[in-house]
Amino acid sequence: MIDIRDLSVVFGSGNLRVEAVKGLSLQVAEGESFGLVGESGSGKSTVLRAICGLAPVSGGTIAIGEKPVSVPRKRDFFATVQMVFQDPYGSLHPRQTVDQILSEPLAIHRMDNRDKRIVRTLTDVGLGPTFRFRFPHQLSGGQRQRVAIARALILDPSVILLDEPTSALDASVQAEILNLLELLRKEHNLTYILVSHDLAVVAHLCDRMLVMRNGTMVEETDTEHLRAGEAKTAYTRALMKATEGFTRAEPATRTELQ
Amino acid sequence: MTGTFERTQTLREWLTDNEPSSRTQARFGRAYLSWRSLSRNPLAMLGLIVVVGLILVAIFADQLATQSPFIGGDLRTERLQPPSAEHWLGTDSQARDIYSRLVHGSRLTLMIVVLVTVIAMPVGLLIGTVAGYAGGWLDSVLMRITDIFLAFPRLILALAFVAALGPGIENAIIAIAITAWPPYARIARAETLTIRNSDFIAAVRLQGASTPRIIARHIMPLCLPSVIVRVTLDMAGIILTAAGLGFLGLGAQPPMPEWGAMIASGRQYIIDYWWVATMPGIAIFVVSLGFNLLGDGLRDVLDPKAAR
Repeated sequence: MIDIRDLSVVFGSGNLRVEAVKGLSLQVAEGESFGLVGESGSGKSTVLRAICGLAPVSGGTIAIGEKPVSVPRKRDFFATVQMVFQDPYGSLHPRQTVDQILSEPLAIHRMDNRDKRIVRTLTDVGLGPTFRFRFPHQLSGGQRQRVAIARALILDPSVILLDEPTSALDASVQAEILNLLELLRKEHNLTYILVSHDLAVVAHLCDRMLVMRNGTMVEETDTEHLRAGEAKTAYTRALMKATEGFTRAEPATRTELQ
Repeated sequence: MTGTFERTQTLREWLTDNEPSSRTQARFGRAYLSWRSLSRNPLAMLGLIVVVGLILVAIFADQLATQSPFIGGDLRTERLQPPSAEHWLGTDSQARDIYSRLVHGSRLTLMIVVLVTVIAMPVGLLIGTVAGYAGGWLDSVLMRITDIFLAFPRLILALAFVAALGPGIENAIIAIAITAWPPYARIARAETLTIRNSDFIAAVRLQGASTPRIIARHIMPLCLPSVIVRVTLDMAGIILTAAGLGFLGLGAQPPMPEWGAMIASGRQYIIDYWWVATMPGIAIFVVSLGFNLLGDGLRDVLDPKAAR
């Protein structure tokens, strides 16, 4: 479904030249959920932005469904590939109601049955029609992210790019959103690329994953290897250790401190 | 009594409902909240009363005026009369009733303000948002043009345009509009720069929206509040520029009852017959102050960043 070969993304030129992604290749099958993991600044979000045309592609090829993507992207590309952003507080227009936010893609793509589609999509993401005419400031973070997911879903895409969809939410809401994403993937036969710095989130949602560091591929692995604690590179092991969280060392005794 | 009380209660509940059931309700609810915070500001309400008063006076000028604004009385006996029961604000050098001229002059003032706004605001908004969103050479070209217009003192530039187009109220309006748009373009551009890279604009781009659509439907609505506030605050300046042009004889031509021109005609009598120049001066002052107070109040409502 998604075939990226030797992708590189370069921002700026001269002294300000930054190679955000260097020679990255990945293949994702239809209906698969693929994870991109790495620390901040490893270029994982840039890969997503390059796929959908928000970041410049300086080398390599991107193909969606066997067809190489056009530059600039055409309208049918956006009907196939949609994205959910990290921060639900910044990704919804502050002066538009949920209804306006969801109507806009339908108007751009000249779809019919708009009322029905909006109500159905809202129900799909677990919000229901009572939320339809609210403004974003009347919604909680989790509800906002559901609206953002509904906006990505309303065009019936086959690929959804998820850019840290849960990192701005608190833990209990994170699980809800992850379960919703998993459910939607099964119902709509979606293909996901999930970007996260949290191995636990990726392991929850994805079968295969790619570990990135400084814009390069470190290791491709899958959930089973991860669960078994088998990682080929030291960096992945460090990342796994970081995900386990902060474990308290044995408290120092008073005598030791003295 | 209780019946009406209950109805207003439910109306307020309908407006402040957290789960609006229709587009109209959501829109009215939002407008109601803005209105509520505006009405809590007494000075802004004073400004609003002045502005609404100006509009009402302009509409009902024929009914409110006691005499003709153009045809005066007997030049031998009724010239330069002080305020009295017959002539509330006195008469001018042509024996015309100053009160009636002020009332009819409100139409000219309102026309100037409305037309300048209708011309200058869309131009400034369009140039600012296009420059801010497009960036690159288009931004540079548009902003340098804006800088050129900003570099001239406003009245001088308006004078030059009136001199080129010929004196008259229409040309004065065009000249003021031409000099009024650059600040709006600046504000709209600054506002656009802060939102052009936000996620919700990226999201609309990812839906396949064209650039004109993004600018018109997603960026302009966010720039509009600060531009509206700026326009309201500028209205006093617009009225004063129009009055200045009228005073210099380049705006409204006699016998039109334009306030600035009325001050100019009273200039030569200012020592002995103070009311001729003072009355239109007070009118300009009150209306300008009203617009300024309203603008300040609107800024608090529309632009949450500037609010305390």
